[in-house]
Amino acid sequence: MDIIIVGSGRVGRTIAEHLNTEAHSITVIDEDVRALEKLSDTQNIMTIEGNGATLSVLTEANVSTCDLLIAVTPTDELNLYTCLIAKSAGVKRTIARVRNPLYTKDLPFVKDDLKLSLAINPELLCAKELTRMLKFPDVESMTSFARGHIDLIKIKVEKNSLLAGKKVAKSSNILKDGIHICTVERGDECYIPNGEFVIEEGDFISFTAPSKAAAKMLKSLGIISRRRSVLLLGGSRTAFYLAQDLLEAGIDVKIIDNDKERCFELSETLDDALIIYGDAMDQDLLLSEGIEHVDAIITLMNTDEENLVSSLYAKKVNPKAKVITEIGNLKISSIFENLPLDTMFNPKHIAGKYIMRYIKAMHNSLNSEFETVHFIADGKAVALEFRVRESSRVTGTPLSNLDIKDDLQIACITRQGRMIAPKGSDSIEIGDNVIVVTKLQGLSSLDDILR
Amino acid sequence: MNKRLIFYILGWVLLIEGLSMQLSTIIGLIYRESSYKFFLFIGLALIAVGGLIVIKKPKDPTMLLKDSFAATTLSWIVLSLAGALPLFFSKTIPSFVDAFFETVSGFTTTGATILTDIESLDKCMLFWRSFSHFLGGMGVVVFLLAIIPKLGGNNSINLMKAESTGPSVGKSMPKLRTYAALLYAIYIGLTAIEFVLLLLGGMNVFDALNTAFATAGTGGFSTYNSSIGHFDSYYLQTVVAVFMMLFGVNFYIYILILTKKIKQIFKSEELWLYLIIVAGSTIAIAVNLLSYYDTFKEALHQSFFYVTSILSSTGFAITDTNPWPAFSVALILILTCIGACAGSTGGGFKVSRIIILFKEIKKEFLLIVHPRNVYTVKVDKKKVSHETARSVSVYLTIYVFLVVITTVLISFNGFDFTTNFTSVLATINNTGPGFSMVGSAGNYSQFSVFSKLVFCFNMLAGRLELYPLLLIFIPQAWKKN
Repeated sequence: MDIIIVGSGRVGRTIAEHLNTEAHSITVIDEDVRALEKLSDTQNIMTIEGNGATLSVLTEANVSTCDLLIAVTPTDELNLYTCLIAKSAGVKRTIARVRNPLYTKDLPFVKDDLKLSLAINPELLCAKELTRMLKFPDVESMTSFARGHIDLIKIKVEKNSLLAGKKVAKSSNILKDGIHICTVERGDECYIPNGEFVIEEGDFISFTAPSKAAAKMLKSLGIISRRRSVLLLGGSRTAFYLAQDLLEAGIDVKIIDNDKERCFELSETLDDALIIYGDAMDQDLLLSEGIEHVDAIITLMNTDEENLVSSLYAKKVNPKAKVITEIGNLKISSIFENLPLDTMFNPKHIAGKYIMRYIKAMHNSLNSEFETVHFIADGKAVALEFRVRESSRVTGTPLSNLDIKDDLQIACITRQGRMIAPKGSDSIEIGDNVIVVTKLQGLSSLDDILR
Repeated sequence: MNKRLIFYILGWVLLIEGLSMQLSTIIGLIYRESSYKFFLFIGLALIAVGGLIVIKKPKDPTMLLKDSFAATTLSWIVLSLAGALPLFFSKTIPSFVDAFFETVSGFTTTGATILTDIESLDKCMLFWRSFSHFLGGMGVVVFLLAIIPKLGGNNSINLMKAESTGPSVGKSMPKLRTYAALLYAIYIGLTAIEFVLLLLGGMNVFDALNTAFATAGTGGFSTYNSSIGHFDSYYLQTVVAVFMMLFGVNFYIYILILTKKIKQIFKSEELWLYLIIVAGSTIAIAVNLLSYYDTFKEALHQSFFYVTSILSSTGFAITDTNPWPAFSVALILILTCIGACAGSTGGGFKVSRIIILFKEIKKEFLLIVHPRNVYTVKVDKKKVSHETARSVSVYLTIYVFLVVITTVLISFNGFDFTTNFTSVLATINNTGPGFSMVGSAGNYSQFSVFSKLVFCFNMLAGRLELYPLLLIFIPQAWKKN
């Protein structure tokens, strides 16, 4: 695939490095010659010096025949504008990085008008991942569809799980309404189960669920953790998103940051979090703020060194708590293995992985009309989200009357923000969002689900 | 101080007042009362004087905050002095201080009276009292803002700040004149609805008009000695009670309704607290009154009427509340102090200030537990600036000082403490009735001249929310540099 990356900052570089290992041809555009030189010295890519939001520079990068443009300059507005220009110039798909929380909130409104394929917010992705680690430690992965109305959740069926030994058709008694099992992974195999399929212990199952019902369901399966209080060291954007998620889930959040301005910003935007202005490396402050008694501690400070030291301290005074450490830059990772720390995460990897997943899915289904795509089971299956814009062979007919291909399922339909777990009597209508789970490749439109 | 501009505004105030008096002239002519001529001639004189002043527009339209505070305060004093003239010259109220007290009480929408027999007054005099509530309720300066283009230049919001109620005055529209006009439109509209509902309940046109005006301004002057108790009808009394409550609501809520932003209404913390206070104290007092009334329904009716009357700072009565049990009395005094919502026509400390104060208290205690805590006080999810919060704290301090000092000053009369204390609360909060001698069935006639002037000060201070009135006593405000 031909890919243009505008912006050679940290994220841009990480993506370029990752993509370069696959069979893609990559062009990076930036105004900073040095950053470009550094990249082209180590990577086998093309670089163009100039403003990526101008048609002349984009034309130089052959934008019209390009498959994907990724805009990751430091400015949100510039990224969106670049995508808009590139789209008009003929690029097939665009990805923009948008980090401002206020813009992120409004993106669903304008995503169609901007013809944006994907907007990524690295800090938000990190926060979602951290929330998952804290709230559902046993959930393998969790991604959202249909503008966040639907979650695709993967869990492992444990030994004494209620689901073990049940037929998929019967599992709906245990799972709640509207929850649909999409895939079952057993060993190296991935199945798209029908109603008669029997779930076994050790399987990984992926299912779609309305976001609001998901937490309730996980609770009923007994795989939700009961953490009541979380201490965040550092008030970064990730901390902000994370605090929002945690507060919404009824978890007490305390944030310590040593930038007074930032503390005020946080206290204005977060309603119920306790914001402490102070040095998170100050032992007395940490003790007086009850580091010994919280259920989880997450370090989100500027440098890896600070994060490591404070995590080690946290683990020492509060061995029972879950400690999550952000490590973004340190290259000597081998020493971490011997440290008494629970979990480490690299924010760049999370964003990088997310984009990679998208590109991989896109590669598999070029020229397709899907809105979003997610990989299940390491790429053995995909979940594709289609928007039904006009009537076709699949619309208006009850699902049971459609001759649908094997190894393919309609996982769920969202109609005006409400989710429908499709039964045989339901039909697809214009305006719906349809999520299809399949092991087949080359599905380019919704009509292709028919035999 | 931009004295020329202040003078110009005063001219307009006289002009408006002179015109308003002609309404009373019409009432006098309709009922064939000879006292109409006082309104006619004094009104014409005011129109002439005011007209001469406003002929020439001042060159400098700049209105600083201190200018608008002074302009508003002086407007209110001039308004009350001129408004007292018909009552005084017609010998309806022979003493000028009494007439002044009555007019101040009218314009500040307090509703405290020195009259012992209201029913003996001419209809045009009664109408003038009620109409002063209506003019004072939304404010005469806001009225000027609505009708005079470019009043106060680009700083006209300062005039709005001086007269409107509540800790932080804003406008939800780009043009202040449109905003002021919209406020008045809502005000007149609600009054008209109440007028019609009262007529439907069998009230005559004159009584309905007066009652609607007095409710709209949350004033409390009635046309009968026994106030609303004169109308022995559950329907009429309930209509008045509901409208007292409605006029105590922030008018911004009505703008939201008109602009169909219904969702935002439910997010208003002030509205919620206001309604909770109404519901909570109505039930508490009703239960407390069970032994005084035959049925719970009757107790609930009495309680609801008086709670809305006091909380909105109207002061209408349907019964003598002096014999009520101590718990109810205490609760009513607290309601007197709380008052209505910011941006309403009601008086009192204002519910929104209470909210800010409580959040400040929470912040203070959080700081004790977590000395390095950073906490932002928010109302309706919006940040309350440090300046606003500080201003509210100082407001409370001045408020308490004024209550204490004026209670001492009133005590020279030698009356009982309940009378002294509740009369001060009832005037500074623009409520009207207190307890004991100034209870819902009493009046202010027995106080000394000095006490009456102190009450006048309290009423004006309460209506203008302390700062504007007190500013004219600060020498620096008058200095040129």
